[in-house]
Amino acid sequence: MIRTLLSDDLPRSRALTVLLIGIVLCLALAPFLFPGVRTVDTAARICIFVVLVASYDLLIGYTGIVSFAHTMFFGLGAYGLAFGLIHIDRSYLAMGLGTLGGALAAAVVALLVGLFSLRVRAIFFAMITLAVASAVAVLFSQLSSITGGEDGLTFKLPRSLGPAFKFGTETLDGRLFGVRLNGKLLAYYLVFFCCVLLFLALLRFVNSPFGRVLNAIRENEFRAEAIGFPVIYYRVAASCMSAIAAAFAGALYAVWLRYVGPDTTLSMEIMLNVLLMVVIGGMGTLYGAIIGAAVFVLAQNYLQTFMESAASLVEGIPVMPNFLTADRWLLWLGLLFVISVYFFPKGVVGRLRRGKTVPH
Amino acid sequence: MSSALLKTQDLTARFGGHVAVNAVSCAFQAGSLTAIIGPNGAGKTTYFDLISGQVNASTGRVYLDGHDISRMSVASRTRAGIGRAFQLTNLFPDLTVMENLRLVAQSKSARPACIWSMASRHKGLIAIAERALEQVQLADQRKQTVSELSHGDQRKLEVAMLMTLDPLVYMFDEPTAGMSMDEAPVVLELIAQLKQRTDRTILLVEHKMEVIRALADRIIVLHNGALAADGAPEDVMNSDIVQEAYIGRGLEGVLDAV
Repeated sequence: MIRTLLSDDLPRSRALTVLLIGIVLCLALAPFLFPGVRTVDTAARICIFVVLVASYDLLIGYTGIVSFAHTMFFGLGAYGLAFGLIHIDRSYLAMGLGTLGGALAAAVVALLVGLFSLRVRAIFFAMITLAVASAVAVLFSQLSSITGGEDGLTFKLPRSLGPAFKFGTETLDGRLFGVRLNGKLLAYYLVFFCCVLLFLALLRFVNSPFGRVLNAIRENEFRAEAIGFPVIYYRVAASCMSAIAAAFAGALYAVWLRYVGPDTTLSMEIMLNVLLMVVIGGMGTLYGAIIGAAVFVLAQNYLQTFMESAASLVEGIPVMPNFLTADRWLLWLGLLFVISVYFFPKGVVGRLRRGKTVPH
Repeated sequence: MSSALLKTQDLTARFGGHVAVNAVSCAFQAGSLTAIIGPNGAGKTTYFDLISGQVNASTGRVYLDGHDISRMSVASRTRAGIGRAFQLTNLFPDLTVMENLRLVAQSKSARPACIWSMASRHKGLIAIAERALEQVQLADQRKQTVSELSHGDQRKLEVAMLMTLDPLVYMFDEPTAGMSMDEAPVVLELIAQLKQRTDRTILLVEHKMEVIRALADRIIVLHNGALAADGAPEDVMNSDIVQEAYIGRGLEGVLDAV
């Protein structure tokens, strides 16, 4: 059962298994274990970034394609959901249609970019995706009448996903283990379960016969072609699948934030963060996405707080507080990154799996 | 002669001013093994590239079973029935030995691009790969990655890949180069068995004379990209053109030298 859910792709390392179960349990029970607006927000972001990073790993780790347009697909999904809710109505059907519209747009763009440029050398493809992504980001921030420009769009979710919606008031007095049963809780679990489903779907995809061909293409594209796999079709299809998954992640992000804007979904900064998460977790393994996203999002959200308290500890010692002021958190994040790449060149997962043989 | 399984007609590869293969016309019958010989740089490997599609013909055509395949991609030619083992080992280095062969079996299967089933549960494909592993005596190494294999074992895997593909046209480019004395016979025995199959044709680029004597039904000689001789092994060895092409040394001397 579990083997089938995980598509026969088990963590293959006891430490990794424990770590993954720990992270997943924390995410599954986040509203109860860590009640609080900020903690639950962090947990939701981790869920969403796990899917986004996993979908990017499908390209960079499994197929060996470097793309800088991944946040563009993330954004298309998010805007798709927003358009659905704004222009149809605030119903679940509109959410679904908007998301599918966004995913379809992402697939079409990925198909066009892929057909035009996946034939050329890898570096040109990377450049082209960079250009297209920048163009789309500018387009979305200029078309104010449609996209809300730099300000983005706010919208209303179905009533049952809002904080004002309460349930279980008669039977449970509106609380479970002290946590208020409201629409925000439902929204969290909507995000969580969709992310679990998307992750398992991606895991199945990379372990399917199709996914195995992607590995072969990464390893030796010349030979993959010579044993009868038309490389270009596989690459384009992988790039479309990856775009669709990213669009779904984007839609979930929009559900969670109840807002879309160029900064939250389309910016190059998110693209770089995703790249860092892939590298920290380990390329070519979807479990790396869980670790990478968890480590990075936690650091992003709590490093500042941590440093504030650290700075107050070293108060009085010259120079030290300057290094530890909360404003310097990016410096420390960068250091963390350099150190992790130095010690774990194959990511955390690669390190934990070291010396383990491949099954089958 | 009956209609050929593979035919090349005026096949030419030009790179700038250099003509690597010059108007080679040749037909290969099913159920036969043709050795292709010639000194280094004679165009043997480029001739293979033209047939399997890695290089597109400047002029001329390639026919497989009467169909023109000259404009088809490498993958389409493979699916049509052209298969090749490469001279320089050309595998998937970070994948396991098993996975290398399983991928080939998958390529031959009815649905090679299924996206929702698990590759690990297509037992039929794994069994095909397993059989090929045993044929070349690599079964014990199935879980190793290719990069961990010895050079000789990599060469054996290269041959096993082609056996698994089971094309109509088998093209071997020095299959035993780099193999030890006890490894080579395994591969040569496999090729000898292949010859029994009357619906396949085998092309073999080879330098070792004893291999050619043991296996070849026919020899063609390429020299400076052109077809210099073509015929039964004994006739070709003794023909004037070969003797002239390799003045004073004899074919065997040249072959040993390269």
